[in-house]
Amino acid sequence: MTDMAWINAALTAARPQVLGALLRYFRVLDSAEDAFQEACLRAIKTWPVKGPPRDPAAWLIFVGRNFALDEVRRRNKQTELPPDEELGSDPEDPQEELAERLDASHYRDDILRLLFVCCHPELPASQQVAVALRIVSGLTVKEIARAFLVSESAMEQRITRAKARITAAEVPFDTPGAPERAERLAAVATMIYLIFNEGYSASGGNAHVRESLCEEAIRLDRLLLRLFPSEPEIMGLLALLLLQHARASARLDTDGAIVLLEDQDRSLWDRDLIAEGLALVEKALRHRRAGAYQVQAAIAAVHAHAARAADTDWAEIDRLYQILETIQPSPVVTLNRAVAVSRISGPAEALQMIEPLAAKLGGYFYFYGLKGALLMQLGRNEEARVEFDRAISLANTAAEAAHIRMHLDKLQKDSAPRNLSRPT
Amino acid sequence: MLYSILCYESETLAAGRTKQEDEAMMVRLGGVLQQLIAERKLGPTARLMPTTTATHIRSGKDPVVVDGPFAETKEQLLGFYIIDCPTLEEAIAAAKLLGREKPHGTLEIRPVAVFHPADLTK
Repeated sequence: MTDMAWINAALTAARPQVLGALLRYFRVLDSAEDAFQEACLRAIKTWPVKGPPRDPAAWLIFVGRNFALDEVRRRNKQTELPPDEELGSDPEDPQEELAERLDASHYRDDILRLLFVCCHPELPASQQVAVALRIVSGLTVKEIARAFLVSESAMEQRITRAKARITAAEVPFDTPGAPERAERLAAVATMIYLIFNEGYSASGGNAHVRESLCEEAIRLDRLLLRLFPSEPEIMGLLALLLLQHARASARLDTDGAIVLLEDQDRSLWDRDLIAEGLALVEKALRHRRAGAYQVQAAIAAVHAHAARAADTDWAEIDRLYQILETIQPSPVVTLNRAVAVSRISGPAEALQMIEPLAAKLGGYFYFYGLKGALLMQLGRNEEARVEFDRAISLANTAAEAAHIRMHLDKLQKDSAPRNLSRPT
Repeated sequence: MLYSILCYESETLAAGRTKQEDEAMMVRLGGVLQQLIAERKLGPTARLMPTTTATHIRSGKDPVVVDGPFAETKEQLLGFYIIDCPTLEEAIAAAKLLGREKPHGTLEIRPVAVFHPADLTK
């Protein structure tokens, strides 16, 4: 790594801790962000000359806090700004270091708070994600706009509005008790999963940009797990993200079309990510405190264990989905279980299982996609075509629509030759 | 004399490396290892998984299992074992056996990501 690359990496890595600490000092997001910005500028100027500090985060907190305090002083008392060299001249001063070390006991809650303010319940999910990427991850508005496939100015507006809402809300500055902490962790975990899904689910736009969202979600959950090492759901979430991300290279073909799990070239799966994901699932399950992320990770682990699609242990997947149905009952979970059931007991049984879900999943692309596929397996091609047509009308991306169209083409081909070969 | 070379680095910074940067570094390190192999100096090498995968055993009569990562700065690395177990549960059982024979300290169980055995006696 070059010096500049190292500095950039250090600034990115320190960002959540530093910004979290500055937010605790100033209690205003904008002030904290300004102070962080200034501290980074000084780091870029100072570190190449004096060498990097031993603890980059402590250095940045110290310099950022001083900068902001001086800003306040300058505005309030109109006193002169001290010369540049004096400002944060010696953040390595042992006494200051001691102060920062004591401070470090807070930083777990600082980071959690910073993530938590982005999860404001009044913000729609997509805005939570955008604002977290901007504030916590420090992505530029341009980068976020590209990931969401909207114009830069539209994204700028969205983030500004979301930040205004966060600022207007009460930011919880008290050190949280155990129940509040658990509540915050759950909200933050949901948001991290949203970031991942933003990168994972849609296949439109620049694949590289989308992949970086998945990596960012993984980075944030790693950070969270380092702070809360005994939270099985945070472990489970990291395992789930790693196991899903491991399939990234196999999920789309060269034309950008979706490749279903069963058709993926498993040699393209990232074995390192899978190994780490499996280790985390095992570690999490030891706690015997099952949660939705852990169970979903366990399901992903079953797929990861199968060398070929045909080797998949569908009975185990069915069992895990049944557990998920009790932890987090949802028609979507039942829909997913139906896939396992179709493998174990056949398409007729699966079809029977999903038919009652129609009322709840009437606007859901996958419902019609699966229903069409099951009907097709049963040879009820006309009915399958109707369901596939509905699926296409509900497709979220061109790739989803293209995938269904492939089924329709197959139906066409299957029926055409049969008609031709039929003796007349 | 046998020596061990232990690698320390900020994990957050290491995680900040891109896959390409990481692979390029591994290639460069591989070149150095080739040289050491040619000189018959290289023993087994291992790359460990991130600390978030770690499980800790507090040594003593009744060893306690704790999730890692956690920093006990007053303790220093004094040695290590490489064991081959099909499950974490069995690795924990093995570590507990070791932990019972030690009055103090911590045993950290960390999955190995990459392992190259080597035979120095060749």
